[in-house]
Amino acid sequence: MFNFLTRKRRSAESAKERLQLVLIHDRTDLTPAELDALKDDLLETISRHVDIDPASVRIDLRSEGRAQRLLADIPIKSMGRRAKKK
Amino acid sequence: MTAQVVTIASGKGGVGKTTAVANIAIALASGGAKVACIDGDIGLRNLDVVMGLENRIVYDLVDVIEGRCRLRQAMIRDKRLPDLYLIPAAQTRDKSAVSPSDMIRLCKELRNEVDWILIDSPAGIERGFKNSIAAADRVLIVTNPEVSAVRDADRVIGILEAEEKGPPALILNRLNPAMVKQHDMLSAEDVLDLLAIRLIGVVPEDEGVIVGTNRGNPVALEPKSRAGQAFRNIARRLNGEEVPFIDLEAGTGFWSRLLGRK
Repeated sequence: MFNFLTRKRRSAESAKERLQLVLIHDRTDLTPAELDALKDDLLETISRHVDIDPASVRIDLRSEGRAQRLLADIPIKSMGRRAKKK
Repeated sequence: MTAQVVTIASGKGGVGKTTAVANIAIALASGGAKVACIDGDIGLRNLDVVMGLENRIVYDLVDVIEGRCRLRQAMIRDKRLPDLYLIPAAQTRDKSAVSPSDMIRLCKELRNEVDWILIDSPAGIERGFKNSIAAADRVLIVTNPEVSAVRDADRVIGILEAEEKGPPALILNRLNPAMVKQHDMLSAEDVLDLLAIRLIGVVPEDEGVIVGTNRGNPVALEPKSRAGQAFRNIARRLNGEEVPFIDLEAGTGFWSRLLGRK
């Protein structure tokens, strides 16, 4: 929520957003650095099997209730482009 | 008689666990139930002063566990309600004087004497907390609408899940409706979104709580106190009654949605 007079975000929203991130890392026992390492490993493994563009990959931790899940959206390069590359 | 054992925990200190125990106990006992509260904070005894019973202590929890007195002798009768008892913490010992199995044994004996056993857990997630949840049938988590309290509550909920004690219910204490309205305090809805557990009570910030503690008269004894009403409602919900939540956020539609959902 925005307060347009002061152009300052109200603090409750910051509190909630900061807590959402902190709780995900607390619950999974994963630091942001460890999560990045996990993403790199995942990308490396997947690249061995299919052609992907690392820049378009999204891997995130999400919470659903008290459960956490790792969501990955990994677009695979089309056959045409892969053929060209070969 | 087989009592239900309810432990009140929080992770963070100073969020109002002891106040919650004293008030819920008073509310349950005012409704005619027989209630025993146990101060689980060995070495940092406090429930006695909050309840105004500090001058009546002869024996404590550790005396019972170590066999220096019988259980009945350590049960201090409340000065207002004849069916309310306090088992105080030892003040000169530390948490290692009690083990989880001691608490299970003590509660097993006490279950035959009363309808409700409320255990006031110490802050933290170590021995004292583990002792306090060992015999619990249900756990209530107290938190405040602040980042540090919510974070610690989440840790405790995680531990309870891991120990298969859950799911606990949430008491959101010291909510300031004016600050919530200005979006400068997490709302009940925000905290429930974050912690994802069931709500059992929202207690508004109320100066009367401090005044009551000063005198050793918990606010649940005051018919007009808003916080007292919130604690009385928690006691009724513990009894399985459906009690509408006090409307602290008029206009947001939260409370009606919350009730609609249930």
